[in-house]
Amino acid sequence: MATVELKNLRKTYLTEEIIKGISLSIEEREFVVFVGPSGCGKSTLLRMIAGLEDITSGDLLIDGQRVNDVEPGKRGLAMVFQSYALYPHMNVYKNMEFGLKLSGMPEAERRTKIEHVARTLQLEPYLNHKPGQLSGGQRQRVAIGRAIVRNPKVFLFDEPLSNLDAALRGQMRVELSALHRKLGATTIYVTHDQVEAMTMADKIVVLQKGVVEQIGSPLELYHHPRNLFVARFIGSPPMNFFSAIFQGGDAAGSSVQLRDGSNLYVPVTSPGLLPGTKVTVGIRPEHVELASSGPNSGGVEVIERLGAITLVHVRMPDGEIIVVQTDGAVLTDVDTRVSLTLPPRNCHLFAPDGLAFEACHRHPLAA
Amino acid sequence: MQAVLEHSPPAGATVRTTKRTGFLLLSPSALILLVWSIVPLVMTLWYSLQNYNLVDPTLHGFAGIDNYWYLLTDPDFLHALLNTLVLVAGVLLISIGGGTLLAVLYDQEFFGRGIARIMVISPFFIMPTVSALLWKNLMLHPIYGVYSAMMRAVGLTPIDWLARFPLMTVMMIVAWEWLPFAVLILLTAVQSLDGEQREAARMDGAGPIARFRYIILPHLGRAISVVVMIETIYLLTIFAEISVTTAGGPGVASTNLAYLIYSRALLQFDVGGASAGGVVAIVIANIVAIFLVRAVARNLEA
Repeated sequence: MATVELKNLRKTYLTEEIIKGISLSIEEREFVVFVGPSGCGKSTLLRMIAGLEDITSGDLLIDGQRVNDVEPGKRGLAMVFQSYALYPHMNVYKNMEFGLKLSGMPEAERRTKIEHVARTLQLEPYLNHKPGQLSGGQRQRVAIGRAIVRNPKVFLFDEPLSNLDAALRGQMRVELSALHRKLGATTIYVTHDQVEAMTMADKIVVLQKGVVEQIGSPLELYHHPRNLFVARFIGSPPMNFFSAIFQGGDAAGSSVQLRDGSNLYVPVTSPGLLPGTKVTVGIRPEHVELASSGPNSGGVEVIERLGAITLVHVRMPDGEIIVVQTDGAVLTDVDTRVSLTLPPRNCHLFAPDGLAFEACHRHPLAA
Repeated sequence: MQAVLEHSPPAGATVRTTKRTGFLLLSPSALILLVWSIVPLVMTLWYSLQNYNLVDPTLHGFAGIDNYWYLLTDPDFLHALLNTLVLVAGVLLISIGGGTLLAVLYDQEFFGRGIARIMVISPFFIMPTVSALLWKNLMLHPIYGVYSAMMRAVGLTPIDWLARFPLMTVMMIVAWEWLPFAVLILLTAVQSLDGEQREAARMDGAGPIARFRYIILPHLGRAISVVVMIETIYLLTIFAEISVTTAGGPGVASTNLAYLIYSRALLQFDVGGASAGGVVAIVIANIVAIFLVRAVARNLEA
């Protein structure tokens, strides 16, 4: 069990800076997820921690020791790759044994360890199989087993579930969470899938273009996104945005005027903002309420019925589409007119530079 | 049930007709193959049982197994057989050993890699006779050769390679020609190795040597067996290099089976004896082929 600390980590390829100074500290037993769109540098950052990519500048500390120039095999980490990267000519047992053998562990000890791990992961019947004879889920388990037997200080996962089908992915997600609770190992997990990030993480690091956009618990990111990017990235379907004019604020909230002239009093602070500034109002589809009449009306363009919930796409008079997530049994039909209610306590306000205004009250689950 | 019985005879007839049509359509190509391979084989077998010497027409007629008897009891034959095996094994060893190392080397990033790759492959495009002449006259000649000049430059006496070590020198020339082929095949194989596997091995604490031994070499197994098979087929019949450099000599020191048959037939005009040699060569080639195909097939299955 170990702590990992990143101090102003940077990575430059030729002339292009990929990782632009990331500082982060990961506690013992913590499950940290790096999430972001493709090309944001999350995999590069993980590979820098693993030692597979050189660090251009900055310090990487594992258990307080600077390991920038330590070989990947000597950092005490284990990694699960996206393609699993099992050795195809070795059977499952030998795959798991390889690292132990290289570290000079005696045969008997290796056998007990591998058998123990194989039992944990239900791999016992497959120990003599080659990777080519296993299904995707089983290969995934072998890759995880190969990481576990080495008893690493930190587990690294690079999009490990992206090659599995949806059902298996859901199952492996639960298994990984259970495994993490059982082993209690510090884990760094890279994914572009926000469901994986939200369900598994103790702490999510949202990255974009080599910069950290926000670090926080899943619900902190959900309820108090720091800026427009995080607000858009976390949550599915994504948050709705509309432009508004800032009217003025006090200690209990800020008043904005929407396009149709109606006023909204949102409980966020807005120190120093001049009245008349253009701001962005954000609200999640699950927080918009449908009404049959009232202000903010628009025509229903598409209805997606998912059974438990229904997604209603409403075209507003200014041409924007607002998505409303509502009850599965709602009777609204396509081409009817509906009115939207925006509960102010669920609204977010973003300044012109994209930063969110501080909420007056923190959400109890995201304290 | 009855309907089926009534219909079954015509169905069988249709199958027979289809079979006959297929046979008819195939027969031209089968016939050509037959004429091309079986006729020369039968003629060789027939000549090998005849007394047939072009410079001695008086001696003719059925010889029984005499030609084989003379051949197999001839010390030259045993020598040539051994030389053939030494040549094949030596060239295989050099080209695959060197080829593997070069393939791994040329897989690394370095300045001028594209040009270096073309240069390492270029010997393969040179005709065997030309490359043998190049080595004989340009590189290894005791008076004008580049190596002799290099040896003299450091005060050593030049070696007449082709006279002192004829078989080794021929082996070296042939290996020089075949090394590029091995590099080409093995380099593509190395490049097809999944990058994440190497990285996984690094995470497992494997250094460069362990990665080569446990990850790259097993990955190359299949490609190596293909190279062994293809090279063996060609190396059993090395001829041009021997003919150009040593003409099989001194004595029979660098004569292999192919050259022995040539010298029997076209230098000594003994058609019967040469045919017997050819039949023996066919038998040997088939024995080698059986072992090779078995070994390679096992490797390809895994």
